[in-house]
Amino acid sequence: MAENISILIVDDEESVRDSLYSWFIDDGYDVECAENAKKALSMLDGREFDIVLADIKMPGMDGMEMHRRIKTLSREPIFIIMTAFASVDTAVQALKNGAFDYVTKPFDPDDLSHLIRNAAAQVALKNENQSLKEKITSLDDVEDIIGESAPLKSLLGDIESIAQSSSSVIITGESGTGKELVARAIHSNSPRKYFPMISVHCGALTESLLESELFGHEKGAFTGATLNRKGRFEMADGGTIFLDEIATISPKMQIELLRVLESKSFVRVGGNKEITSDFRVICATNRDLKSMVKNGTFREDLFYRLNVLNIRIPPLRERKEDIPLLVHYFIKKYCTSMSRDAIPVEPAALNHLMEFDFPGNVRELENMIERAIVVGNGKEIRLKDLPMGKDVISNSIESLDELEKKHIAKILDKYSWNISRSAQALNIDRATLYNKIRKYDLKQEA
Amino acid sequence: MENRNIILFLCGHFEDDLVVSLGREVEKAFHLPVCLEECKRDITGYYNPVRRQYDADGLMKMVSDMSPGAALKTMGLFRVDLFIPILTYIFGQAKLNGESGIVSLYRLRNELYGLGANQDLLLERFSKVVIHEFGHAFGLIHCHNPVCIMRSSTYVEDIDQKEIHFCRSCRAILDDCLKKYTT
Repeated sequence: MAENISILIVDDEESVRDSLYSWFIDDGYDVECAENAKKALSMLDGREFDIVLADIKMPGMDGMEMHRRIKTLSREPIFIIMTAFASVDTAVQALKNGAFDYVTKPFDPDDLSHLIRNAAAQVALKNENQSLKEKITSLDDVEDIIGESAPLKSLLGDIESIAQSSSSVIITGESGTGKELVARAIHSNSPRKYFPMISVHCGALTESLLESELFGHEKGAFTGATLNRKGRFEMADGGTIFLDEIATISPKMQIELLRVLESKSFVRVGGNKEITSDFRVICATNRDLKSMVKNGTFREDLFYRLNVLNIRIPPLRERKEDIPLLVHYFIKKYCTSMSRDAIPVEPAALNHLMEFDFPGNVRELENMIERAIVVGNGKEIRLKDLPMGKDVISNSIESLDELEKKHIAKILDKYSWNISRSAQALNIDRATLYNKIRKYDLKQEA
Repeated sequence: MENRNIILFLCGHFEDDLVVSLGREVEKAFHLPVCLEECKRDITGYYNPVRRQYDADGLMKMVSDMSPGAALKTMGLFRVDLFIPILTYIFGQAKLNGESGIVSLYRLRNELYGLGANQDLLLERFSKVVIHEFGHAFGLIHCHNPVCIMRSSTYVEDIDQKEIHFCRSCRAILDDCLKKYTT
């Protein structure tokens, strides 16, 4: 560990600098010295140090002032104060200002070893923390929201601006448009990103279960509650709570939820202690909440409390130009998970995908691609690998002749070009089928 | 190729068998001839009455000045309590890749800690500290191996925990360095 840690020693006494330098060099640290605070600051301007060990009393700028200036650096090193007995009070003040520790000169060799070992461990933790934060950010980035269409670009712009606020958000969109993905993107771009995002699928839980899920419960609150349990609001402290299918919650839960949103405090089921939690609420629904308010099935006060900010996710049919990008994204995703190379899509298959309406939106497209990779020949995605190629009528405006040609070709493929069986299935005689094959120039695939 | 020796300057009175045995241990560790030389210099000028200890940096400079050019490395051996400005005490010190170092017997004696005298233990501790400091002079830094002689020791108990040998990786670095001095 020592070889990766850099230390800057700042002391006006040469003997102190030399002794510390020799001591740390023997331990394998990367060490440099400065005889005053001004020089130290200029060295810190040129390179980063992990630990700064500075005397509190120096001519010119003292250690305290130097620490104040160091705190403004983008990557603040761990600051350790060296002091004489007479200036312990000042050293304590330095600790209050954020110094890591202080040592009184002369030090016990063991104290110095421990101090630097602890500081080095802190540096390692800081570095690890930083790399994990970067990892988390990249995992939850908006990169998972695919597309270059105008509606999607506008959605990404909304996410960026909404992320910076802490107000409640309602995400509306048809089923399968990626409401949770958008909620995650808002969270991961917000100042709350280093705290958890807790998801609750309200529609999947009964009223009593939802109450216990959201608020937690105390041991013995109901049959089966054998232990205390934290609720989702408590778990989301500092972060975000995502309430999916908010339109499905009961009138009683609507009142409870409103109360929690207003006070940011609640009591666990079966408990009496008030718990406070700092969370941001993001809700999602595929229903029209406004009309639910009008017909009295959703509380108006709760609606306005939740609907501070609103994001509408366009259905896939409104951004068809994103389909090729999405198709390639899902091919790459599933081929990677199946340890295969990414495969191309047959132009006819892509054309069909572009024409399709996707009532199930991106989720439906994703499922189609996953299925096509699993059932296909492993070399490319063909029209016949897509379920829509067989079961779904295309939305394109085609002539009767075109439809007839496609249908005959499909039946011939199904019966491996057995003319008798195909004619029987089409309810025409063999001669008519031959005529149609000739007319439409149908050929059996090699 | 050079073939020079290591000099141990005896700065104060040491029992003959102690320093002779010490010399053998150093020879064994570095495969280089060891000479014992008496130092007649007065060290009272290095005494700090406030700390009631001797200035190790000053003594190290004195030892360095005494070194004959032919000596490969020199180590001053003392019986007095040593300090450097930032530390309350030291057992010894040597510059990394330097020519000389110093070690004191003062804090290695059992009697200082209220225990009975133990000459064997004293020799072992003294040998470990001297070899450790020579290790720095030959370019070795502190080692994390708990039994390696190059592990940093801040208490005598730490010295007792480690062995009188270099660990495999320190030995390899040292042997590589010693190659240029041995024929």
